Amino acid sequence: MLKIHAVSKTFFPQTVNEVRALRGIDLTIEEGSFTCIIGTNGSGKSTLLNAVAGTFFPDSGTIRVGEADITRWTEYQRARLIGRVFQNPFAGTAAEMTIAENIVLAMKRGLSHPLTAALNKSTKSEIGDRVRMLKMGLEDRLDNPIGTLSGGQRQALTLLMATWLRPRLLLLDEHTAALDPKSAAKIAELTKLIIHQEKLTALMVTHSMQQAVDLPDRIIMMHKGQIVEDFQKEQKKRVRIPDLLDTFDRVQKRELMDESVAEMLIRDYV
Amino acid sequence: MNLIIGAFTIGLILSLLSLGMLISFRMIKFTDITVDGSITLGASLTAVLIMSGWSPWLASLAAFLAGMVAGSLTGILYTRFKIQEILAGILMMTALYSINLRIMGRSNIPLLDTDTVSEWPEQLLFNFAAGENRIPVFGWPVSLIDLSVLITSIIFVAVIGYLLYRFLLTHFGTALRATGNNVQMVRAQGINNNKMIIFGLALSNGLVALSGALLAQYQGFADVQMGIGMMVWGLASIIIGEALVGKSGIGVTITGAILGTILFRLLIAIALRWGLNPNDLKLVTAIFVFAALVAPLVFKSFHKKFQKKSNHA
Repeated sequence: MLKIHAVSKTFFPQTVNEVRALRGIDLTIEEGSFTCIIGTNGSGKSTLLNAVAGTFFPDSGTIRVGEADITRWTEYQRARLIGRVFQNPFAGTAAEMTIAENIVLAMKRGLSHPLTAALNKSTKSEIGDRVRMLKMGLEDRLDNPIGTLSGGQRQALTLLMATWLRPRLLLLDEHTAALDPKSAAKIAELTKLIIHQEKLTALMVTHSMQQAVDLPDRIIMMHKGQIVEDFQKEQKKRVRIPDLLDTFDRVQKRELMDESVAEMLIRDYV
Repeated sequence: MNLIIGAFTIGLILSLLSLGMLISFRMIKFTDITVDGSITLGASLTAVLIMSGWSPWLASLAAFLAGMVAGSLTGILYTRFKIQEILAGILMMTALYSINLRIMGRSNIPLLDTDTVSEWPEQLLFNFAAGENRIPVFGWPVSLIDLSVLITSIIFVAVIGYLLYRFLLTHFGTALRATGNNVQMVRAQGINNNKMIIFGLALSNGLVALSGALLAQYQGFADVQMGIGMMVWGLASIIIGEALVGKSGIGVTITGAILGTILFRLLIAIALRWGLNPNDLKLVTAIFVFAALVAPLVFKSFHKKFQKKSNHA
């Protein structure tokens, strides 16, 4: 479904701040699968997600969703195919606008915005019905500005908005990381529920090893802009948190060794 | 009474300016200085077209369209060429100064004894008053011409205010409002935020130019200097409106901007009557806007200090 082929991205090229954020990523995500990307800070996991979302264009490589080559599509053009939830719980909704107005925008995600009244009674009752499923009592507050809600409530609404029109691909960028533990658990549960109900294809970045083990059916580990581990199917089912931590250690040790070997070689031969 | 009617009429005409600025400053949150140039653009274009025999209605429409072009150019400078919003506005405003001089051919065009958009109610009132030049309103004799301009302004503002209200509640209008609120969210919902900014500025400056068109017809001249400080006046009006009625909901905000402009003009008329030097008017307005912008911050810090003290006690 999602095919990432040889995607590379270097930020600030040819300066002292040069960062090779993605180094030739190859990744294929199956239709209807739920994949989780883990990795240390600066491993490039969020960058990979943003490359798919279209926040920037890759230096090389292609990105395809289904049949469409979206490599050169702008962020807003990709919204037709992709629903997104951000790490910042305030990023996915417009604070000064009401719950209903926010959702009405999501009902037109990637479509044209005609000059017809956005909200009428039937739209509102449709919105109310679906918001009720969040079990947060928000269906009675549809006309309140979304800025008056808590981070957890706003993130739940963002998730609902991202999936209101069924997206070909759902991108979740550490979307529970900025929430308190209780809200984070609730959002994680809701994420799982919606993805299973709607049979969505989803790609999630997370810091939480617990989530990585509990939620998805595939785990990808990134390090220094490359994919270093890929737990799929049976292997994924057997994976536990200590296994993931071990893999982290192994990856880091391997790299330390690489560096010390390189240093030795330089000392001896240069 | 004439003073009040005059202030009311100018207030109504300038409330189109405030409504335009409501779109740029409040909806798409763009500090747009083009306003100072586009109001003059509307006035000068209308004056020239009316003098060359156009119908005042067509001339006003042309002013609206010209304002839209000016606004979209500012938007293109900002979105396509990545020029800062204030600088984009300043560039456009400066360019418009020369363009306005070009349009008029000189710095001032008088519009004496020409048709205006208030011709029609004037005729109606004239028939109604059976040939009299003045009719009593609440006991005061009021000139028919002044009254007809007032009526025309009320109709203009009511119709445009209502259309704007309906527009902002459409799917497109909702997307426009969201653009000023959260760009990241807007893009994630598949909306081209640059297109929204360009359109918002076009509509905003179109209304501003229309306001200039009506102003020129009301005061009977267009002058290349007339736009100076208009942005600050509009901003002052919007702030007064928000203080009057708040900003809960689109209808309230629009009504507030209109009422705010009228009240502001009345205050100015009264201040001038009491002997305020007209030359000081812009200084006073600037100080007022400064105070209105700073007041919430001052209140907040007072509030904090007070809380701290009460916590220590």
